Amino acid sequence: MSAGACERCLRRSALIARLAGGIELAERRRRGCAVDLLGLDDDALMRALDAELGPRSPDEHEREPSLRRSANGTAAEPLCRHDSRYPASLTDAPSPPTVLWVVGGIARLRALLAGSAVAVVGARAASAYGLEVARVLGAELASAGVTTISGMAFGIDAAVHAGSLERADTTIAVLAGGPDRPYPKAKQRLHTEIARRGCVVSELPPGTRSWRWAFPARNRIIASLAAMSVVVEAAEGSGALITARHAREIGRDVGGVPGRVTSPLAAGPNALVADGAALVRDAQDVLDAVFGAGMRHAGESPPLAPELAGLLSAVADGCDSLHALLATGREIDATLAGLAELELLGRLRRGPGGRYVAALG
Amino acid sequence: MFARVRTFVIEGVQPRPVFVEVDVRSGLPAFTVVGLADAGVREARERVRAALLNSDFEFPLRRITANLAPAHLRKVGAGFDLALAAGVLAASGQLDPEALDRWAVFGELSLAGELRGCRGVLAVAEGARRARLHGLVVPRSRAREAALVGGVVVAGMEHLREVRDVLAGSRPAPRLPPSRDALATPSEHDLADVHGQEAAVKALALAAAGGHNILLEGPPGTGKTMLARRLPSILPPLTREEALEVTRIHSVAGVAPAGGLVCSRPFRAPHHTISASGMIGGGAGPAPGEATLAHLGVLFLDELSEFSRPALEALRQPLEDGVVTIVRGQRAAHFPTAFQLVGATNPCPCGMAGVEDRCSCAEPDLARHRRRLSGPLVDRLDLLVNVARPAVATISGPSATTSAAVREAVLAARERQLRRLAGTGVGCNARLTPALVRRHARLDARGQHRIERAYDLGGLSARGVLRVLRVARTAADMAGRDRVTDGDVLVALSLRQRFEAAPLAA
Ligand SMILES: Nc1ncnc2c1ncn2[C@@H]1O[C@H](COP(=O)(O)OP(=O)(O)O)[C@@H](O)[C@H]1O
Ligand SMILES: [Mg+2]
Repeated sequence: MSAGACERCLRRSALIARLAGGIELAERRRRGCAVDLLGLDDDALMRALDAELGPRSPDEHEREPSLRRSANGTAAEPLCRHDSRYPASLTDAPSPPTVLWVVGGIARLRALLAGSAVAVVGARAASAYGLEVARVLGAELASAGVTTISGMAFGIDAAVHAGSLERADTTIAVLAGGPDRPYPKAKQRLHTEIARRGCVVSELPPGTRSWRWAFPARNRIIASLAAMSVVVEAAEGSGALITARHAREIGRDVGGVPGRVTSPLAAGPNALVADGAALVRDAQDVLDAVFGAGMRHAGESPPLAPELAGLLSAVADGCDSLHALLATGREIDATLAGLAELELLGRLRRGPGGRYVAALG
Repeated sequence: MFARVRTFVIEGVQPRPVFVEVDVRSGLPAFTVVGLADAGVREARERVRAALLNSDFEFPLRRITANLAPAHLRKVGAGFDLALAAGVLAASGQLDPEALDRWAVFGELSLAGELRGCRGVLAVAEGARRARLHGLVVPRSRAREAALVGGVVVAGMEHLREVRDVLAGSRPAPRLPPSRDALATPSEHDLADVHGQEAAVKALALAAAGGHNILLEGPPGTGKTMLARRLPSILPPLTREEALEVTRIHSVAGVAPAGGLVCSRPFRAPHHTISASGMIGGGAGPAPGEATLAHLGVLFLDELSEFSRPALEALRQPLEDGVVTIVRGQRAAHFPTAFQLVGATNPCPCGMAGVEDRCSCAEPDLARHRRRLSGPLVDRLDLLVNVARPAVATISGPSATTSAAVREAVLAARERQLRRLAGTGVGCNARLTPALVRRHARLDARGQHRIERAYDLGGLSARGVLRVLRVARTAADMAGRDRVTDGDVLVALSLRQRFEAAPLAA
């Protein structure tokens, strides 16, 4: 394995991990913002955090955590900004990470970022509708050969990754803590799957816990790695809107999936669209925004047998439960079989309460 | 003087012979009961004394010792009263001790000397038959129940005086009113009452045909309880053997109606606040729990997600083995628990998922709800069907089917299974072992492809695959097909429960 990071950058990365608690305090006491602090050089950073860290023993500055060992002990590889393979797009971010820690391999990360990548982010407490939109966006972007980027959080983030993994291996999770640590814990299985097939990255070294400040901070990484950031559902003040703000500030495209005006979850994306963000209804809208209208096409789904097509359009027209379909006089065995078949083809999903949602497109 | 009386104690739901030995000799007046008798049995002394005196017998003012043998069995219940009284009579010269040789006696006494009905009479009668006794004395109100066993003369009596006379041979045993044990009483709960729940009825039929446990999911008031209540009406009728077993259990638990065979399959619906021991049995006795009361019938857990973890956890072994063993001290009591499980639950915490757009639950709430359900029973729930509110038009219209029609199809499917599984020790598709699934639910390439695709999508676990194949086997049996088609697999996939292997995003 060729070393992806120089000694100095690794020390810097270790230093940030060590000072993470101090950064947390500084933010809480409103003495500084994490992204600004991350932009300071070592001495300035320590001076800025003096109040938080208290008196230090003289040798502490010299002590380095066993960085190398932890790096080799896990599958995470460091990639510093002096390495030619460091993603160029990342340098647009405010205070770009000194080191990006990569699980899944640097070569694979380069491949995933070779074309244009799209970030899809949103609420943790998303609605079933939002989750479905996110999953389908993830799947269709993957089908169109576009890498998706998100934060692996509950809700929209996880749905995007999972959607992409349904079709291809092209998804990147950007974590707030060490890339070897599944966060949230409940997403362990998703983490394993992304690490195995895509990439998990973070600016914090392996083993680092997920500090509060690191969540908004990692959003700048998501925004800069992606050519476009799409917000699916986000209440006002949601972290997803921070990603959108970062994207806008560094001149990337922003998109919003519109929602019902009465839904608090739609407030974020609706406001983005009102402010000029691209209106995103499906993967085609994203492709048009990123590659220019009509330049790339979302994969056409293969044609269905007539009975299945009929069933699918009935579901799309609102007969979206077994119960409702049977009430229109359909035969039960054929309906049960058809629903399962459409589900296996990825054209339908069964949501809560046994309601089926037709995959968009 | 010394006398020995035969009676029985119930251990689990089985009768165990007990000898009540009574010794009366001169000494200070005393009445002692020894032989692992619980507090209730020791109280019998007071009832026996009063009952004897109030029946114009003499209560010997001497030293009376009663021993309940064998000593290792724990003696519980009020059924020993009569044996103690008969023993005192015989040991004090008021009844010929030899008259007791061919009889067993069982019953509780009132202070006036009347025989009171008590639990477990049917089991006691089985014990008397097994012991090849000539006759059994029981309270008259339970005589019919005892007579179900056959092979033993049952003397159902009302008063201690009568008992002495009959045992002494000075009057004949009273005749029994003929027992009416018609085997098939039509259930008062019929699917004909259910309007427009085609999917749920279909799933219920599959459950009945293959012995599958099923979860009904739907908003309140959509008829889940109504549907569950009707599962017994489409299950095969109890055989006489089974009916006797059910009656014996219900008699032991004190829930059997006096005097007759329980002919319909049990339906038990414990409240969700039930404890683990209420569920599988327990207490000093120990007494049977709901799982045993539902033996050969249906255990319905309404609001499944509300039951306590321990109560559901306790059901795991009984579900697996069809029997639960409860250890008390040195002894283990076995209770049969071959029931079919029906669960009902709201689709989400607010209960409205699937109803237009009225569900207000966020994904984390839904995930929590799923987790609550994905507990110990998840492996044993083969089917899940969503129940929705029927349209007004269907409610006023005629119902689609009747229990009799569905039961006919169920019976045919059961026949096929029994033929196919003869000699394997497995009775229905729900109990197919992995090896039997491989042998009897073999798929063609198309079916195989469906299963693999579902597995790859992450919505199906390895154990889920087995469950789907078992249900597919039942779907084929319902259709009278030897081979499981890919259509059967798809139907089973549509009706599978998805708590175990959530998709990646969940
Ligand atoms: N499909 C139906 N056909 C006829 N009556 C129904 C139906 N569904 C519900 N009902 C009526 O509504 C009542 C409530 O149903 P219940 O089974 O208690 O609902 P749940 O258990 O789902 O809350 C039933 O007693 C019945 O009278
Ligand atoms: Mg109910």
